[in-house]
Amino acid sequence: MDIKKTCLYDRHLALKAKMTEFGGFDMPVSYKGILDEHKAVREKSGLFDCSHMGELRLKGKDARQFLNDVSTNDFTQLSENKLLYTLLLEPSGGVVDDLMVYMIHSDEFLLVVNASNADKDYEWLKKHLNGYDLVLENVSGFYGQLAIQGPQAKDFLETIIPGVSQLPFMQFDYFMFNNERIMISRSGYTGEDGFELYASNPTTVKLFDRLTSLGVTPCGLGARDTLRFEAGLPLYGHEINGFITPLEAQLGFFCKLDKPFIGRDVLAAQKEKGLERRLMGLELLERNIARDGYIVYQEDAMVGYITTGYMIPNTNHSYANVMLDKKVKIGSIVTVEIRNKRVEAKIRNRKFYEKKYIKGA
Amino acid sequence: MAKINKELKYTQTHEWLKVEGNLAFVGITDYAQETLGSVVFVDLPSIGSSFDQKEAFGAVESVKAASDLLMPISGRIIDVNQTPIDSPEVLNEDAFENWLIKIEILDSSELKTLLSHNEYEKITH
Repeated sequence: MDIKKTCLYDRHLALKAKMTEFGGFDMPVSYKGILDEHKAVREKSGLFDCSHMGELRLKGKDARQFLNDVSTNDFTQLSENKLLYTLLLEPSGGVVDDLMVYMIHSDEFLLVVNASNADKDYEWLKKHLNGYDLVLENVSGFYGQLAIQGPQAKDFLETIIPGVSQLPFMQFDYFMFNNERIMISRSGYTGEDGFELYASNPTTVKLFDRLTSLGVTPCGLGARDTLRFEAGLPLYGHEINGFITPLEAQLGFFCKLDKPFIGRDVLAAQKEKGLERRLMGLELLERNIARDGYIVYQEDAMVGYITTGYMIPNTNHSYANVMLDKKVKIGSIVTVEIRNKRVEAKIRNRKFYEKKYIKGA
Repeated sequence: MAKINKELKYTQTHEWLKVEGNLAFVGITDYAQETLGSVVFVDLPSIGSSFDQKEAFGAVESVKAASDLLMPISGRIIDVNQTPIDSPEVLNEDAFENWLIKIEILDSSELKTLLSHNEYEKITH
């Protein structure tokens, strides 16, 4: 299969980005360096090309009912111009994908899904459409997507899109730019205030050029991952996958067990019985880095494995997420096997960073 | 464009070796640091341990990934450079200046298996 390019591919090359394959796309890992990009988003503002993300359009009078039946969150109270995080599950409770759902109207929703899962999700949803009055369309190619994130994101975006800073958290609206109606939500994947912008491919390129020329730092997938990790946000393929349930990944808040949905019974039974394992955080007590897949021990017993781990950029704090046996409590000392050595670590929560979302309104 | 030092010998896996009698210094190449990006952690062995040629003796880690360090030739560790341990970013500043380990050469016949600067330049371009 040919590697795909986003509409910003030429910009990435012109900025001399380090490129890598991700979700079938040739994407920037970093431009000037992950350390600087992470810092830019925490202290000023950063701009991400998210055009690789998949977009599926669900249209028809049964759209709301369908989402409620096939995904974990509750859509009955959702209103127009709001977005909601939800998950698709296998009957086993394992995660097919996690996604952000934009309610355009009560009979039209836009589903924003992981790039690597877009085709799988489309097929999976199509398989479940039987009996619903609905049309599902994969519109991934039509949209470019940008995320502008950081404490100064609202000021930069406001200068080119007046009024956008009034948008409340987890809501979206339409704004004019480049003679085009673009969709912008107050949301993101970094733990900072920020916006996600959906526009045609040519307009996405114009937005990218305007924002970078104003001084917003272009950021790659490297910083996107350190930022989301530090903010305690999950990534499909790491914290969640087909063999992990959302309850184990501590995403129970997004699973409304008081209504039916695919996989619900397994979750309900898990909740009743108590979890055998769950996602926790750890901090290494020696200088080292615990990477995805490393094994965690308590004395000589294997008690878990790392799903993501980083030395937080510009610090000496080395944190990781660990899928951990229920017997191992917060505050416990464990060891992580790193290159045939056992490195001590302390179990903690996953709040490595206090999120800075601007709520209210 | 990555720099090359003409005084050194090289491996396919981007380590360099500088021979001084029966001793040698080992480090990573400029190409290696450029490919890795910001180095944030260097894991080096303890003095006195011995490793075979091509055996992993430690690792350099960028934000994103860990890369094993492989022994260019068999050797016993007689010194470890504390500077890149304390300040890993020096490897991004000058990879040839900041050696990682000093070894006693255990089998000098292995030296002829290493790449010259010309040969190394070819595999990195």
